[in-house]
Amino acid sequence: MKRILVGILALSGLALTLIPSVLVFAGAISTQTNKVLMAAGMLLWFTMGPFWIRRAK
Amino acid sequence: MILDKLTARLESVQEFEKEPVPASRHKSWRSFLGMYAGEHTAGTEFVIGPLFVAHGASAGDLVLGLFAGNLLAVLSWAFLCAPIAVKERITLYYKLEKICGKNLTIGYNLVNALMFCFLAGSMIAVSATAVGIPFDIPLAKLTDWLPGHFSWILIVLGVGSVTTLVATLGYEQVSRFANIASPWMILVFLAAAIAVLPELGVTSIADFWPAAESKIWTGVPLAGQSKFTFWHVMFFAWFCNMAMHIGMADLSIFRYARSWKAGFTSAGGMYVGHYFAWLASGILYAVFLQKSQNSLEFAPGPIAYYAAGITGAFCVIIAGLTTANPTIYRAGLAVQAIIPHSKTWKVTLIVGLATTTAACFPALVMRLLDFVALYGLVLMPMGAIIFIDFYLLPKLGLKSEYAEKAGLKINWAAAGTWVFTLAACLFINFSFGVEIFFLGLPGWFVAVALYLGLSFLFQQSKIEKPGLS
Repeated sequence: MKRILVGILALSGLALTLIPSVLVFAGAISTQTNKVLMAAGMLLWFTMGPFWIRRAK
Repeated sequence: MILDKLTARLESVQEFEKEPVPASRHKSWRSFLGMYAGEHTAGTEFVIGPLFVAHGASAGDLVLGLFAGNLLAVLSWAFLCAPIAVKERITLYYKLEKICGKNLTIGYNLVNALMFCFLAGSMIAVSATAVGIPFDIPLAKLTDWLPGHFSWILIVLGVGSVTTLVATLGYEQVSRFANIASPWMILVFLAAAIAVLPELGVTSIADFWPAAESKIWTGVPLAGQSKFTFWHVMFFAWFCNMAMHIGMADLSIFRYARSWKAGFTSAGGMYVGHYFAWLASGILYAVFLQKSQNSLEFAPGPIAYYAAGITGAFCVIIAGLTTANPTIYRAGLAVQAIIPHSKTWKVTLIVGLATTTAACFPALVMRLLDFVALYGLVLMPMGAIIFIDFYLLPKLGLKSEYAEKAGLKINWAAAGTWVFTLAACLFINFSFGVEIFFLGLPGWFVAVALYLGLSFLFQQSKIEKPGLS
């Protein structure tokens, strides 16, 4: 269960890095919102990603 | 207590410099995929992509040239470098010692370490452009060579210290760091480019190509920059890592691979880093040029910060570090081969300090394309020597690893090949005006011919003496 949660959070970090920029391109969100979401994605990835990668190995 | 633990950890770093890597330490292709994707989606990409824009590469030339050049690079890794690496499983430097002799290897290692220091230095400088954003340091121009501000030097020293500390912990740490950062970095490159496309008038996929041709890769170079064609792009993409594949530096990396097919994992680095990341960073630079009305100022940190905020700035920092780390590590191995009983981490520490000093000069970033081409060219002849020594000399009845077998400090066939190949390249450059980006190809054939001829000459003359037959 913990492993799945860590995986979901880590992948959410990557999703938050990419998806908002597509929304900017589509005119759905502002560039400022995109930057905030990307920063959140970065924090999620660098806090959860190492655990997820270690567990996956 | 902490110092004791750290020292014990550093003392335990074992990199098999003078022995084949044992089977228990072989790594699957995934380790290399992560490392290559990380290393080649890195700080250099934030510089090279924009420099293609500055040199006026057209959109069609860039897309096709990068595809062809990267394919040739992957094939060079897979068919030239990796097969020898997994059969020998020793470092490039130890292999060279066997072929070229100890003294020539020392000369090679000095040149190699110097080149690696400059390359890693340029990446530390790229990271520093992002670290310097809060301090509002004046941006360097494409034409700048010397540091323009004291605070710039301070920031470079800080970034260089961190990079060196990570590199001293060895290959395992470097690989782990690259594995974590690489998927995120790739997405940041992609996301930043997508997010700024509307500023170039691209609001649908159909808008992209017309904007690419008219606003991004216009085919018109900036003031003072030479014009790049399809051939420049293709040969640059192929030869920018020439020292690693054709030059065989990555023998030291692929000696850990279970199979030579791990060489194909370089495609992860080429097509993600040297294709999409170069295109993406070119797009970011085009937006900067549009906003600054073709200013000659150039700093990857602020460009990425404009497109992706704090994430973009961190991406530039981490991208610089993931290139600088393995490069400092390689430079450390090069120097350690000169001083074999020294500890890897101590050597890496000294190399890191030299690298940090070099990083203070903006010229390393602004002339990166020329430097990268020169770096591959200078080291390429030794790769040709290893290739011929491994595959061809035994079939021709000549001895491979001749220096070791004959007890030579210098194999003059190899020394002559190296010097005369570079002299031939210089001659082609001066006499026929062939640019540095193209010299690697004729240079390789010159090196092959010279090493075969000189080996025949020197080995025959030695065999005629009874004691050496």
